[in-house]
Amino acid sequence: MTESASPPSTHLPTIADVFRRRHEAGRAALIPYICAGFPDAETSLALLRQAADAGADVIELGIPFSDPLADGPTIQRASFQALERGMTAEGALALLRQFREDHDTPVVLFTYLNPIHRYGMDRFVEAARDAGAQGLLITDLPVGADPELEAAVRRGGLDLIRLLAPTTTPARIPRVGESGSGFLYYISRTGVTGARTELRTELAREVEAIREHVSLPLAVGFGISTPEQAALVAKLADGVVVGSALVEAVETGGVEAGGAFLRSLRQAMDQRE
Amino acid sequence: MTISQADTSTRFGPFGGRYVPETLIAALDELDEAYAAAQADPEFSDEFEALLRDYVGRPSPLTRARRLEAEVGGGPIYLKREDLNHTGAHKINNTIGQALLARRMGKKRIIAETGAGQHGVATATACALFDLECVVYMGAEDVERQALNVFRMELLGAEVRSVDSGTRTLKDATNEAIRDWVTRVEDTHYIIGSVVGPAPFPRMVRDFQAVIGRETREQILELEGRLPASVVACVGGGSNAMGIFHPFVDDPDVRLVGVEAAGEGIASGHHSASLSAGRPGVLHGALSYLLQDEDGQVAPAHSISAGLDYPGVGPEHSFLKDSGRAHYVAVDDERALVGFHRLAELEGIIPALETAHAVAYLLEQGRRETREGPVVLCLSGRGDKDVAHVARAEGRGSLL
Repeated sequence: MTESASPPSTHLPTIADVFRRRHEAGRAALIPYICAGFPDAETSLALLRQAADAGADVIELGIPFSDPLADGPTIQRASFQALERGMTAEGALALLRQFREDHDTPVVLFTYLNPIHRYGMDRFVEAARDAGAQGLLITDLPVGADPELEAAVRRGGLDLIRLLAPTTTPARIPRVGESGSGFLYYISRTGVTGARTELRTELAREVEAIREHVSLPLAVGFGISTPEQAALVAKLADGVVVGSALVEAVETGGVEAGGAFLRSLRQAMDQRE
Repeated sequence: MTISQADTSTRFGPFGGRYVPETLIAALDELDEAYAAAQADPEFSDEFEALLRDYVGRPSPLTRARRLEAEVGGGPIYLKREDLNHTGAHKINNTIGQALLARRMGKKRIIAETGAGQHGVATATACALFDLECVVYMGAEDVERQALNVFRMELLGAEVRSVDSGTRTLKDATNEAIRDWVTRVEDTHYIIGSVVGPAPFPRMVRDFQAVIGRETREQILELEGRLPASVVACVGGGSNAMGIFHPFVDDPDVRLVGVEAAGEGIASGHHSASLSAGRPGVLHGALSYLLQDEDGQVAPAHSISAGLDYPGVGPEHSFLKDSGRAHYVAVDDERALVGFHRLAELEGIIPALETAHAVAYLLEQGRRETREGPVVLCLSGRGDKDVAHVARAEGRGSLL
C-alpha cells in the first residue's frame, strides 16, 4: 500500500506528504531517532524541538524498553538511563503532546512490543494518535508475526513502519513492502544499532534491488554517523535515519551539540553538485 | 487484547510466536526447514540416539527413593537421574541435538547464553566434540558467582563473554546472545538452552529433551506396570520439565507439576515465579508468562539458583497452565535449601539447587502426591556446581 494512513483531525502533514515534498525538491528526508527521557524528559523534549528546527523531516521517538535486544551499547545506555529516570509509554506520549504545541513534524513512535502489549495495542494506538503521532515502528513485530496486532495499528490510523534487513529474502521483500505504509526502513547491515565508521559497499546495489519490489519511500539507517555518510546515503535513498550518533553527540555536548550535528547532516545531504 | 492464533505452527495456543527483529526471520526459516528435514531423516535420529547412548550415557536410570518415601510417609517415589548424564545435567540432550543440526546446516560457529553455567558447559562440550567454534554469553554477576564453570567452559575450548548490561544475569546474557546472532547470523547457530525463544526453538528443544519422558514412561511401566500418578519437575525456562512432561501430556490421569522458584517469597517481589505471579508478555521472541511491571518493563528475577533466575518461561508451559493440563507451584530459597540437604542425607544424592526446589515440594506434598500412585521426580542435575554457593549462603564460606 502506498497511501499513508489518514491524518488525525488536526491538519498535521502525513509522513507520505513529507516524503512527497522532499522527493519533489530532489532531496532526501532526514530522520533522527530520539530516546524519550534521555538524558531526562525535559532535555529530550528540547531535543525534539531542536531536531525539528534543524530540518528533521520525520522524527523517531523511542519509548525505552528494559531489554532492547536489537540495540547496541549507545541506545541501550540511553534507554536504561531514561527508564531509571521514570520514562514510560505514557511519559513519551506526554512529551509528544508538548512537542505538538509548536511543531508539526511527523513523529514515528519507535519501540519494542512489550510496553505496548502491556498498555493494550488498541488503546495505545488511539492514545498515540491523540497525542499527535503519525507512525509506529515495533522492532520485534516483523511482518506476519501477529496479523491481529498488525491490523490494529492500521485500523487505528497509524502508519506501520516496516523494517527490511540484508537477510530479508527477495521473496519476502514485496510482502514487507505491502504490509507497511509511510516509508520502509532498510537496516543497512546485520547487527545491532550503533555508529560505524564505514558504510558497506554493497549498499547501492541492495537499495536498488529493494526498489524493484517496493513503491514506498525507502529510508536507510544503522550505523550512519557522519555528514559524509549521510550525504552518500541521501544519493541512494529517500531518507536517512540517524540514531546512535545523535545520542553520542547529545551525551558529549547536550542539546546544542545534537542540533548542530543534525544541521551538519542536513547541510551535507542537501548539497548537490 | 487478544493475540491472534492464525500462526499455529509457531504457537502453543496463543503463546509462543516469533517476535524478533526482521534480520532473524531468514535464520529462523532456515532453522525450521533444517529441523523438519532432520526429523524426517532416519540418519539424523540414529546419530542422535547413538550419541545419547555412547557419549551422554543414556538411558539414565529411574531410581527408587525409599528413604525419601519413608520421610514423607507415602507411596513409591522415583528419581529420573539426569544428574548422571555426562556434564551432570539434562542440558546435554539439547546441545548434542542442536550441534548436530548446526553441522547439518553448515554453521561453524555456535553461540549460547548461560546462567549458572550448566548450559554453557553442555554447549562447550558438544562444540568440542563436533569441532565447532563456541562463544558463551554469561552475565557478569554469574561469571563472578560461578568462576569454576567459566574455567570449565574455557578448558573445553569455549570463549566466555561477560555481559555487563542490565541486571548482569541470564536475561541479559540472552539479550547479548541474540545481538550476536543478529550480527553474525549467516555463519552462526544459536543453541538456546531452554524451551524459550522464538519458534522453532521451544518445540525443538522440547523434542530433544523429550527423551527424558520417553525413557521414564518405559521404565515406570516396567517397574510398576502402570503410568505414574504424578510427574514433578522444576521450572526456570522449563526444558527438563517439558522434556519429562511431553510424553505424558496426552495421558489425562498423569498429573504434571512444575515447581518454580519463589526466591525470597512471592510477596517480597524477589522471585522467579513467572507462571505463578507473572502476566503474559513478550520477551526473547515469544509471548509467555513474564515478570514485568505496570509499564511493560521486564522485572528482575531472583532465585538462589542461577538456573531458575529468569523472568520468563517457555511458552508451552504457559499454554499447559492456562489449559489446566499442568499445575505450577512455587518454592522459596529457604525451602529449596532444605530439599538440597535432605536429598543428600536421605538418598546420597546432592541435587542441583534448581532440582532442590522440586525435591522440597515433594518433601512437603509427597504424601498427598503419592496417594494415587507412584510419583516421578525429574532429578535434572547434580549439585556439585552449587556446593560452594550453598556453603557461602550458610555462612561456611571459610571452607572455600
